[in-house]
Amino acid sequence: MDIRATGLSKRFGSFQALADATFEVESGSLVALLGPSGSGKSTILRVLAGLEVADSGSVQFAGRPADHLDPRERAIGFVFQHYALFKHMTVGENVGFGLRARGVDKATIAKRTKEMLDLTSLVGLADRYPTQLSGGQRQRVALARALAPEPKMLLLDEPFAAVDAKVRDELRQWLRRLHDEVGVTSMFVTHDQAEAFEVADRVLVVNKGRIEQQGSPLDILDHPATEFVARFVGDANVLDGHVSNGVARAGLLTMPVHDSHFEGPARVIIRAYDMKFITAGEADAVATVRRIVPLGDQVKVEAKLDDGSTLLARFPRRSSLLHGVGPGTRIRIDVTLARAYPREPDAPIEIATEADAPEALDARAPLADDTVSHAAL
Amino acid sequence: MPELSPKRHEPTGDRLRRYGIQGTVLAYVVVILLAPLLAMGWEATTTARDAAGTSIDLDSMTSAFGRSIALALIAGLANGAIGVGAGLVLVRHRFIGRNVLDALVDLPLAVSPVMIGLGFLMLFGRDGWLEPLVDEVGIPIVFAFPGMALATLFVTLPYTVREVVYVLEELGTSEEEAARTLGATPFMTFWRVTLPNLRHAVGYGVVMTVARALGEFGAVLVLGGSVAGVTQTATTLVHDALEERLDLTAYSVAGVLCLVSLVLLAILEWIGTRASTEKKTWTSEQPA
Repeated sequence: MDIRATGLSKRFGSFQALADATFEVESGSLVALLGPSGSGKSTILRVLAGLEVADSGSVQFAGRPADHLDPRERAIGFVFQHYALFKHMTVGENVGFGLRARGVDKATIAKRTKEMLDLTSLVGLADRYPTQLSGGQRQRVALARALAPEPKMLLLDEPFAAVDAKVRDELRQWLRRLHDEVGVTSMFVTHDQAEAFEVADRVLVVNKGRIEQQGSPLDILDHPATEFVARFVGDANVLDGHVSNGVARAGLLTMPVHDSHFEGPARVIIRAYDMKFITAGEADAVATVRRIVPLGDQVKVEAKLDDGSTLLARFPRRSSLLHGVGPGTRIRIDVTLARAYPREPDAPIEIATEADAPEALDARAPLADDTVSHAAL
Repeated sequence: MPELSPKRHEPTGDRLRRYGIQGTVLAYVVVILLAPLLAMGWEATTTARDAAGTSIDLDSMTSAFGRSIALALIAGLANGAIGVGAGLVLVRHRFIGRNVLDALVDLPLAVSPVMIGLGFLMLFGRDGWLEPLVDEVGIPIVFAFPGMALATLFVTLPYTVREVVYVLEELGTSEEEAARTLGATPFMTFWRVTLPNLRHAVGYGVVMTVARALGEFGAVLVLGGSVAGVTQTATTLVHDALEERLDLTAYSVAGVLCLVSLVLLAILEWIGTRASTEKKTWTSEQPA
């Protein structure tokens, strides 16, 4: 079932959860709603489910307006962040609940429940209670329960947030396979870009109640439409600079910019993997290496520019670029790809720092986890 | 593992302080709670021995107990049901005056039952505001069983509501939302999802209500008048028997009430343990 949402807005008291969110989801696809916490992504899901009513805007399912429908008439399956399993019912009763609610006969319920338990590898657990299951098993029960009534759309709210890292990885792969097997149109909410890119066909980037960009994972990575997307996705260094004739200057760095057609004050964004650090004599050097952090197959290198700002770069562990580079090495920096977005001349770089705690409530604050900038260091 | 026992390396000062606190609490509980009960039990048995053969008014006793049990059952059933409804309204609904209602629910805990009895007397008694209505309908309130039931309902209102409110706030709405997305009607959601989650709270609240109703004295005395065989309850019988120096009757009734209380207390403990183990196994495995 394809979904079309137009101009969704929703306010909770003084908090604008959704502000004119517009998007489309193609039938049969697996879509990620990616954004920082408080960006409105869960609200979008809840509006689609009918659990929240948007203040304005409309939702269409398969071309038909759905705004007036009660959740139970929407043919959706919803997986809640903490599963919301019925604690006093067995796994089997949980999975069969949706069919029972729809008045399906007992034999069919039993058959369908068994199918769902097979599908979610929960065979043999039908008589257990949710308290007797592990986090990953509970998650699969929640999925089986949502899928049992054969919904036309599956909505998952942070489905992997409540399980530990290893289980999360397995669940991601498993959800992708399950989707390919069942083929139901699915949307899931996540704040983890790796999760969105790994699992989804399409990604909707949400910020401050708006859809910043919708596209394939590759589109979002390689052609970020807005400054927010460029900063949110991938490890990004953010510098203030100036663009003219397709060349950006930011402090001591000069670099060609990609995809931008404007002149003037700019916010320059450089991904951690779009730079080369090259050992240099004093004549060419612009920065000093501060720290080298091994991260498995990659190495994170922190360099301090002579103008005081800091850059973070990532290199493959055995990269030839790292020969002779160590703390204290003087280097020049070759930026291979940078993006620039127009900036108000005096606007400061908005990044949450420790000294800046109230900003943590701002929708942008989670950037501090995912992006790298001189201010955050 | 004895080597991990807290006493092992505890400084003497700390140990003394700990014993001091424990001792004080224990002594207080013994004097305030246990001593009167023990004294009563002792008196009851010795009196019973001395008074063996003296008459005991069995008719009054059975009728008083019957009345007390009836009042307790009415309060348990009515305030159990109202408690669930009121709890849902207080937690789930947002309306003007909700805070006032929230505070009003606790009113019976703050007001002396005697005053409650007096209040109903003013309302339904001679020249009371609602006296014409009472006359019209023909159900006697003052110095009659229906009035005592009303007073008991008032006094025991908060117990189930408070338990239900507490659990509903903890529970959140996601299970109910899950039921809705799975196609359940509001009716089915209530019976199959909400109510089962409240079963411990309701059980606990109803048992507290029953215990409180059995023990109620002031309100039923003022409104009922404690007429033997008509409006006398177990508690007012104890009072009346003491006044009339019918010690055997007084101690027997008090002893039975005491036993009933112990049983109710055991039930409360049992429900409490069940509810907390269920919660523990649930949250301990729930990843952060």
